[in-house]
Amino acid sequence: MTVEELREVAETERARQGNFRHRITYCSAAGCASCGGIAVHEALAKALKARNLENEVELAGTGCMGLCGEGPLVRIVGDGTLYQRVDVAVAEKIIEEHIVQGKKVAENLVDTTDPFFASQVKIVLENCGTTDSEKIDDYIAAGGYEALAKAVTELQPAGVVEEIRKSGLRGRGGAGYPTGLKWGIVRKAPGEQKYVVCNADEGDPGAFMDRSVLEGDPHRVLEGMAIGGYAVGASQGFIYVRAEYPLAIERLRLAIKHAERAGLLGNRIFDSQFNFRIDIRIGAGAFVCGEETALIRSIEGKRGRPRPRPPYPSEKGLWGAPTLINNVETFANIAPIIRKGGAWFAAIGTPKSTGTKVFALAGKIRNTGLIEVPMGIPLRKIIFDIGGGTPEGTTFKAAQTGGPSGGCIPAESLDLPVDYESLATVGSIMGSGGLIVMDSTSNMVDVAKYFMEFCVDESCGKCVPCRVGTVHIHGLLEKISEGRGTTDDLALLEELCQMVKDTSLCGLGQSAPNPVLSTLRFFRNEYTELLHAPEGYVPSGTANEKSIAQ
Amino acid sequence: MAILTLTINGEHVSGKDDESLLAIAEQHGIRIPTLCHLDGLSDVGACRLCLVEIEGTPRLFPACTTKPREGMVVSTDTERLRKYRRMIIEFLASEGNHQCAVCVVNNHCELQNMAYETALTHVSVPYLYPKKELDASHENFIIDRNRCILCTRCVRVCHEVEGAHTWDIAGRGIDCEIISDLNQPWGTSESCTSCGKCVLVCPTGALIEKGEAVSEMEKKTDFLRYIVTARQKREWVNLDSDEE
Repeated sequence: MTVEELREVAETERARQGNFRHRITYCSAAGCASCGGIAVHEALAKALKARNLENEVELAGTGCMGLCGEGPLVRIVGDGTLYQRVDVAVAEKIIEEHIVQGKKVAENLVDTTDPFFASQVKIVLENCGTTDSEKIDDYIAAGGYEALAKAVTELQPAGVVEEIRKSGLRGRGGAGYPTGLKWGIVRKAPGEQKYVVCNADEGDPGAFMDRSVLEGDPHRVLEGMAIGGYAVGASQGFIYVRAEYPLAIERLRLAIKHAERAGLLGNRIFDSQFNFRIDIRIGAGAFVCGEETALIRSIEGKRGRPRPRPPYPSEKGLWGAPTLINNVETFANIAPIIRKGGAWFAAIGTPKSTGTKVFALAGKIRNTGLIEVPMGIPLRKIIFDIGGGTPEGTTFKAAQTGGPSGGCIPAESLDLPVDYESLATVGSIMGSGGLIVMDSTSNMVDVAKYFMEFCVDESCGKCVPCRVGTVHIHGLLEKISEGRGTTDDLALLEELCQMVKDTSLCGLGQSAPNPVLSTLRFFRNEYTELLHAPEGYVPSGTANEKSIAQ
Repeated sequence: MAILTLTINGEHVSGKDDESLLAIAEQHGIRIPTLCHLDGLSDVGACRLCLVEIEGTPRLFPACTTKPREGMVVSTDTERLRKYRRMIIEFLASEGNHQCAVCVVNNHCELQNMAYETALTHVSVPYLYPKKELDASHENFIIDRNRCILCTRCVRVCHEVEGAHTWDIAGRGIDCEIISDLNQPWGTSESCTSCGKCVLVCPTGALIEKGEAVSEMEKKTDFLRYIVTARQKREWVNLDSDEE
């Protein structure tokens, strides 16, 4: 395909869509599909067919629309109406009343002027909810693959790297390493063969950002990877995606097939010398395989165990070759940066943390779902404006970012801007985007215990501190939470946490104690009040707390 | 290859840029405790005993897999490192079922020696008393997983030196175990050549020869250096041939 042909595809598709009187999109991602979304799709199609409206109304299955807690969601694109909690009967009503009679179905309407929508800035998720996840033409019509065309036909590889550097984009997997710097290192690394790897082994409990991007807009990730391949001089890419994401895998497979047929992946892309292939590798369910060196070994067909760094994958990665490894969301940011320029991106967010961040809101919050906010937004705004606050009758206690590697942010720090540096000052991390809200009914010792249990299960067993230390930390937490702990146990707990953090081999072990250290820092009283607990003592955060207070 | 100068424990030392900090320290008579490391095998950085402090970074680095840099300032024996090393041995002691008094390698055990070296007087974490299997199905050898510390020396010597790859690890985390072939009895393994290298390199009494009583078995690991060096230099090639 040439650049002219790409524009022709875009125009033809836009014209085709313009011929329809209405365009109805429904969320076809796993969230809505799991609560009746598939039946809604069928009902919508049936209702259209029954009224002979198939040629007037287009029905498109799109990516996540964000308000996952209120799904299944259906949108009428023309006037921006969004319907929540749609079932088969409501679907029928939408067609009959909204499409045929022109009046909205009041009881299922979502108020799209709500801060949930107004406070968001969508770059990564710009196509989620509007374009058909399974049609490459729809992606192209929305400006897709234009960035790849621009990179390959107008820019030098070094120019692409420079644009990414200028954007200030930092790794969205959690650690926040400057993406442009990483690309530059891989580009300059000596070697005939280089690789691009997309880390789609999202595994934090409560996190579903990457899954939503892959399900909703797979081509965006492919395009980002191809641009990466062009920039660093790689002709082969791998997406390492976990087997627990069957829909994402299906959509990726389809997207790769479509892109290959269109000549957007494969040989001589845009009639240039640039060749790039992408293959999928499926993980077998080990959390540690999200750690880059373990992930690389897993792609090589070996047991997924991390190895000490340096050497970093940018020098010695897949099969010993220089390897560019980035997270799904990082790659999803690439195409808009190349299309609109690094300076445009750098103007969003804060000077050191540019752009936006996708968060998966979960836990004790009214609006659970997927959101994208500019970096630097105060946590308060995310929790209370976008999230709608904690459920009726409870108060906000803490928010956990970074999953089992992160920490909790207490109510005192609600005005903290959400960027890499600020989150680090309170002992948490940006993480990949899981944001779990805890309210006054949550017990923080239990929270720490839950995450530690996760780490015990997911430790690969290679290094001693993580393999054995997590078991002992978990044992102590259990002892304390059952009221059998002593002050000595608390001191030992802190000692073990510090030791596991300092001595473990990879990021999993080094960050495993974070939830404990962070809850100890802000909610120490919840630990101490459990020590030597007298009979009948009720720990805070349990249902009986109020009755005792009275 | 370049020669670099660096400082280890306040002493100026020199080393090649492709050597590990551990090797350089050893050449200068500076002892860094190790368990998973063995001369002649690849390094994995798993036991974490050889962690050292490097000036300018709060992170600790395993000396076995860390390469030197010009002007690097390394400390191998600080208060913090001594404490962490003792805790690592404590963890290992609590993880398995280590009963020195009835062990075949009592007084010749690297784990036991390391406990002395790190001045481990008591274990403050609870013993986990795991239920582990012993496999005596092999004609000459026994694997007692109760005494295994998962250093993976056996896995590496079998893969890298013997070339059989009989041993590997199954499970993950605290459930990790050394298994032969596809987790079948060692005696029925088709890949095992019965060479016994794994038994000799095992630092504890996990891999032992049959017929030895308490305290009777001493391991030898020196053979490995000779084999590996000879192989690299092709010293034992063409001994009987007429070629030069």
